[in-house]
Amino acid sequence: MNDTSNWAAFTAVMRRDLMVVMRRRSDVLNPLLFILMVVSLFPLAVGPGPDILGRIAAGVIWVAALLSALLGSERLFRDDFLDGTLEQLTLLPQPLPLLAGAKIVVHWLLSGLPLVILAPLCALLLKLPAEGWLTLMATLVVGTPILSAVTAIGAALTVSLGRGGALLSLLLLPLFIPLLIFATGAVEAALMGTAAWPQVLLLAGLSLLTLLLAPFAVAAAIRVSVN
Amino acid sequence: MSTLLTAKQLSSQRAGRALFSDLSFTVQRGDVLHIEGVNGAGKSTLLRALVGLVQLQSGQIEFFPDAADDHDWRNQLLFMGHKAGIKAELTAIENLTLQAKLCGCAIDDAWQLLATVGLLGLEDVPAGQLSAGQQRRIALTRLWYSNVPLWILDEPFTALDTDGIELLQQRFAEHTAAGGAIIMTSHQLLTWTPTRLQRLRITGGDA
Repeated sequence: MNDTSNWAAFTAVMRRDLMVVMRRRSDVLNPLLFILMVVSLFPLAVGPGPDILGRIAAGVIWVAALLSALLGSERLFRDDFLDGTLEQLTLLPQPLPLLAGAKIVVHWLLSGLPLVILAPLCALLLKLPAEGWLTLMATLVVGTPILSAVTAIGAALTVSLGRGGALLSLLLLPLFIPLLIFATGAVEAALMGTAAWPQVLLLAGLSLLTLLLAPFAVAAAIRVSVN
Repeated sequence: MSTLLTAKQLSSQRAGRALFSDLSFTVQRGDVLHIEGVNGAGKSTLLRALVGLVQLQSGQIEFFPDAADDHDWRNQLLFMGHKAGIKAELTAIENLTLQAKLCGCAIDDAWQLLATVGLLGLEDVPAGQLSAGQQRRIALTRLWYSNVPLWILDEPFTALDTDGIELLQQRFAEHTAAGGAIIMTSHQLLTWTPTRLQRLRITGGDA
């Protein structure tokens, strides 16, 4: 296969997913609303004192991000599996990891990117001190692709199980823990006035590695699932 | 390149039960291979196994054995299973154009294709609101624009009305006349008699 047809298939998969999502916006808005709700409820629950809120802000935002990723994860391949488009994807001459990559990119555009854009608002609501903002944004930029990629692996593995939601959450949660530790650690370091870049760089490395390998894992999982 | 597919000694077991064993056949250009069998005999499994969606216990499948260049067989065949592969949220025309884009086929006139399958006037309705037969017709437009030699169709007549079945058989006739081949399952009797029809009966266990 030549590059132009690979690229055409990649963009076709992306376009189809984006068009489908544009017809059912609630699927995209729900996870974001969830994050905003968590973030706006926390000050009410723990009290508006900036000392407590500021310290837990990064943790709250990241936990909300993880849980919202789990919330919508089941739906990533479900419809494609049920209507047969997933099995048609596996039969295309283009490499399946490439097409799986397209689906991961779309998922990130619709879940990770809005989160990055919402981050300043979340930081404001939780009174995160100004010196932590940039680091929070940086951890979200490099961390959310990991969320999308790992979620895609889990979703592809469990798509044929019918109601695999609980299993999927159990499967994914442990994998997200390193992400959570490094991301919140980075913001904490920034707040303490020490260098946050080691954690951010580590996350960036993890992110690149995940993005590189996840499409192959997703492709293998899809092949097992359509069998 | 007249032989499109040879299958040798295919055997499959599902859930501990032998579906078929030692199944061998050859499909030449112009052939129609009609696979018959009762419900659950393993017809769909056989078709899915041919395109690699299901693993077989044993056997050997070779596509285009005569082909000089070793090009990808996935380029040269079209598989349609029970599921139509249609996005319920997208309209007929969007489904059609995206499907064509995915398979890298050029379509001259999407409207003309929709008219052919009798969906003109419904092009801007989301496919989810159409009937099962109409969704099937959207999926079947592939048969009009793709130019691959080998079609593998699992119950292509499902949910179609008599006009639709007639239309599809006319397309089959054109395809085989042009040197294409079709492997299909169907419980419906064909009203059209292909010039070169092979029947393969699968009877759960001993084929």
